[in-house]
Amino acid sequence: MARFFRKLSILFGRGRFQSELADEMRFHREQVEQEFIAAGMKPEASRYAAARRFGNATRINERSHEVVIFGFETLVQDLSFALRQLRKKPGFAATAVLILALGMGVSVGIFSFVDAALLEPLPYAEPNRLLSVDEMSAMFPHSNLSYEDYLDWKRFNRSFSSIDVYTGTGYLFRTPSGAEPVPAARVSDGFFRTLGVRPLLGRDFLPGEDKPGRAKIVMLSYGTWLKRFSGRRDVVGQTVSLSGEAYMVVGVLPREFAFAPRGNAEFWAPLLDLSGCEKRRSCHNLDGIGRLRDGVTMQAALDDMKAIAAQLEKQYPGSNQGQGASVIPLSEIIVGDVRPILLTLLGGAGLLLLIACVNVASLLLVRSESRKREIAVRGALGATRARLVRQFITEGMLLAAAGCAAGLGVANWMMTILGHLVPKDVAPRIPFLTGVGMNGHTLAFAGAVALVAAGVLSLTPILRLSFLEINDGLAEGGRNTAGRLWRRLGANLVVVELALAMVLLTGAGLLGRSFYRLLHVERGFDSSHLATVQVMAPENNYKTDSQQIGLYREIERRVAGLAGVQSVGLTSDLPVQCNCNTDWIRIVGKPFHGEHNEVNERDVSPNYLPTLKARLIRGRLFSEAEDKSKPRVIVINETLARKYFPGEDPIGQKVGTGDLAPEAMREIIGVVGDVREGALDAEIWPTEYQAINQVPYKYFAVAVRTAQDERTLLPVLVSTLRQIDPNLGVYGEITMTDQIDSTQSALLHRYSTWLVGGFAAMALVLGVVGLYGVIAYSVSQRTREFGVRMALGAQRSAVYRLVLNEAGRLIALGVVVGLACAVGAATLMRKVLFGVQAWDAGTLAVVALVLASAALLASYFPARRAASVSPTDALRAE
Amino acid sequence: MAKKPDLLPGTLDMLILKTLTRAPLHGYGIALSIKRLSDDVLTVEEGSLYPALQRLLLQGWVKAEWKMTETNRRARFYKLTAAGRKQLGVELSQFDQMIAAIGRVLKDAQEA
Repeated sequence: MARFFRKLSILFGRGRFQSELADEMRFHREQVEQEFIAAGMKPEASRYAAARRFGNATRINERSHEVVIFGFETLVQDLSFALRQLRKKPGFAATAVLILALGMGVSVGIFSFVDAALLEPLPYAEPNRLLSVDEMSAMFPHSNLSYEDYLDWKRFNRSFSSIDVYTGTGYLFRTPSGAEPVPAARVSDGFFRTLGVRPLLGRDFLPGEDKPGRAKIVMLSYGTWLKRFSGRRDVVGQTVSLSGEAYMVVGVLPREFAFAPRGNAEFWAPLLDLSGCEKRRSCHNLDGIGRLRDGVTMQAALDDMKAIAAQLEKQYPGSNQGQGASVIPLSEIIVGDVRPILLTLLGGAGLLLLIACVNVASLLLVRSESRKREIAVRGALGATRARLVRQFITEGMLLAAAGCAAGLGVANWMMTILGHLVPKDVAPRIPFLTGVGMNGHTLAFAGAVALVAAGVLSLTPILRLSFLEINDGLAEGGRNTAGRLWRRLGANLVVVELALAMVLLTGAGLLGRSFYRLLHVERGFDSSHLATVQVMAPENNYKTDSQQIGLYREIERRVAGLAGVQSVGLTSDLPVQCNCNTDWIRIVGKPFHGEHNEVNERDVSPNYLPTLKARLIRGRLFSEAEDKSKPRVIVINETLARKYFPGEDPIGQKVGTGDLAPEAMREIIGVVGDVREGALDAEIWPTEYQAINQVPYKYFAVAVRTAQDERTLLPVLVSTLRQIDPNLGVYGEITMTDQIDSTQSALLHRYSTWLVGGFAAMALVLGVVGLYGVIAYSVSQRTREFGVRMALGAQRSAVYRLVLNEAGRLIALGVVVGLACAVGAATLMRKVLFGVQAWDAGTLAVVALVLASAALLASYFPARRAASVSPTDALRAE
Repeated sequence: MAKKPDLLPGTLDMLILKTLTRAPLHGYGIALSIKRLSDDVLTVEEGSLYPALQRLLLQGWVKAEWKMTETNRRARFYKLTAAGRKQLGVELSQFDQMIAAIGRVLKDAQEA
């Protein structure tokens, strides 16, 4: 302890320490001098003799000092030296830090998303015990649960401490400006307990409160509480009017609560009165979540549920044939779709980081080349190899630290930008966005990246050092061997850079191509000049079919009268949404064993398919006269015709439910070309179009084709609908083009294309600049050689060829290695590709061409410099 | 010129401490004293002396003080502390043990 303080006092009184030591030694020297004089030497000679005997005073001083200093003081020395070195070459330092900051910032930024999405996706208690519990059928790997099945599953299972269900719904919420449709969810009583979420205010639903006929109660999401109830605490106990019914608010959910599958739900109500669907075992509209009992594995739970499903299949063959069970982690439902994309992005960012490191490493190499003399001098003056190595490590660390600090800034910026890129209405469905930021994980990752970078940056010059005989640097002729060595190492690094750039460019190219394919996939309808809006007719005002059909006709009549409108149609679901809202059909006169022939069901007005400009292939479309008084009719799509009527004419054939109930029998009157009902990247499903006048529905969408700009039509459309009936819920107005662009598959593809494209552009620049550096350096080293060659009669073109040959070899090697790696990398990311193969020859060829020409261009400039060397100047320079 | 024998490694500290038992001395005095007492056999290099003095200071075995010499010059005098005296005892006994051990080995070697 005392030692430490003594050292400390010396550290702060360094000047005094030095001067005292000097005084002391001067005294010593003078005494020795006296000794020599006493022995009879001349004063002059004795001073020299004393100095000789004493040796190097500075060295003694240093050695004495070393005894008393802290270890870190040498570090401080190294650091200040490193800083001086970097300040001497500000261009180098700035470039290196900038490149590192880009590489680090991008990878840390992407990592923060990966961390939020994949490492901590669920903001619930013990999230890894939470599973998504669903049914499974031939067409759906995870299909909804039916209410009755849910009750049986809940009763018979032994694997879950609780199973609960949720389903989406919507209410018309009365506001001063009229009825506003709000998204909501209905859940079973234990839903929040299963998740492990406690209300911020009030209470949770009590067991049994979800049964039909119980009191109408509701919980508010935090955002709704703030927005619609100004965060008043006395809201608990008040009643709110939802779709004309009074619900009592019993609780408010905490701010951090988010449930992605129903991310935008504002109100959470118990299941209460069952919908028509929930009264039938064959109708599936619920999603299940379950919390595993302690000690039960997911596989055991799956086996358990499968056994129950098999039992139900036997018991209720009509509704349950082919209905299995699916048990997967809840996180899979929430982030399963984005995982491959995020991993692709992380991979891309990692490659970019690698290129950045390699680039800075080769910059360092060039610099260590120009510092050869300095190192040799320091070595000759007695710096040990260890001391030199330490200096390099310090410099590497310093660069990495500066790069990392700047990189954190870039990362922060990146997170903000990426966060803003997500459209507002999509954000609630991406729960992990709130978790993105500088947290412990992100900082740890940044630290690890910085360490690796520091390692690379300090190792490169050390490797270089071990190649170099320190003494060589002093000799003039040392250049040749060292130059060759450097060229070999530097050239290898450039090949790595070019290959990596090739991989990133290929990735970007493939993603861009699949994005293009996705947007240009055959849709079966004309999506331009199409405006759409969702309508919700209030229950109380539209009780009868005729009221509803009256509404349909009024809407079509009024909207058709708007300026520029060419036609108007209504549908239960707009295209490019989902393969969902399905129906099980049975073809009359075909063998049937209770299997579930799952088809999309769309209920449309007679004008709807013509409004979409769907292609009628056979038969006819609906007429306005076909309502409930007429026999039921349907139009089918080509895929349905092909699948269920191969080689037959489907027109006139009859389709019904599994039990061929007479009221549901319908005749096929027409076949239309496939309209893409599901996502852009999903396969086309068989689809039946029913006449909305025969099966009226209170929720529907209006599709309007206009000759003018469809975007300007949207506000007019909304106000017209409100004029028709102020009680209508009118929402979700969007043009078909925008709607397609904002579908999940388009969004994901667009983001990954842009991001990987950005990475690739940076990689291209870094790789090409790296190549330029190598060639330019090599040219500068060979100036004399070129001079001699030209003096001996070589043509300028020969010099060009010489340089370009060298560059060409590197480029070719980089491209070939890159091609191999690119195909490998693309195979890894084939999950995110659409309509394009990993080894897509066109993409690979274009990418190789782009890279090679950019690289050739970069080497053209040094080649020109080499060829314009004046032989006399070059020779005189030596 | 015949090469003078090097100091046995690790003995310099002990020699300095021992020299200081009689009276406080400056660096030159210490070097001179060791040289004289060893009949010119042992020479302390200045290059080793001053780092060693710093080491001893750091350990708290000696104390330094600026004083005037007999010739009226300013010099830094080193004085043995109590801890230094104790340390000297430790080092002396270790040294004796070592010398005895070396002696036994050499004697054995002669007899063999």
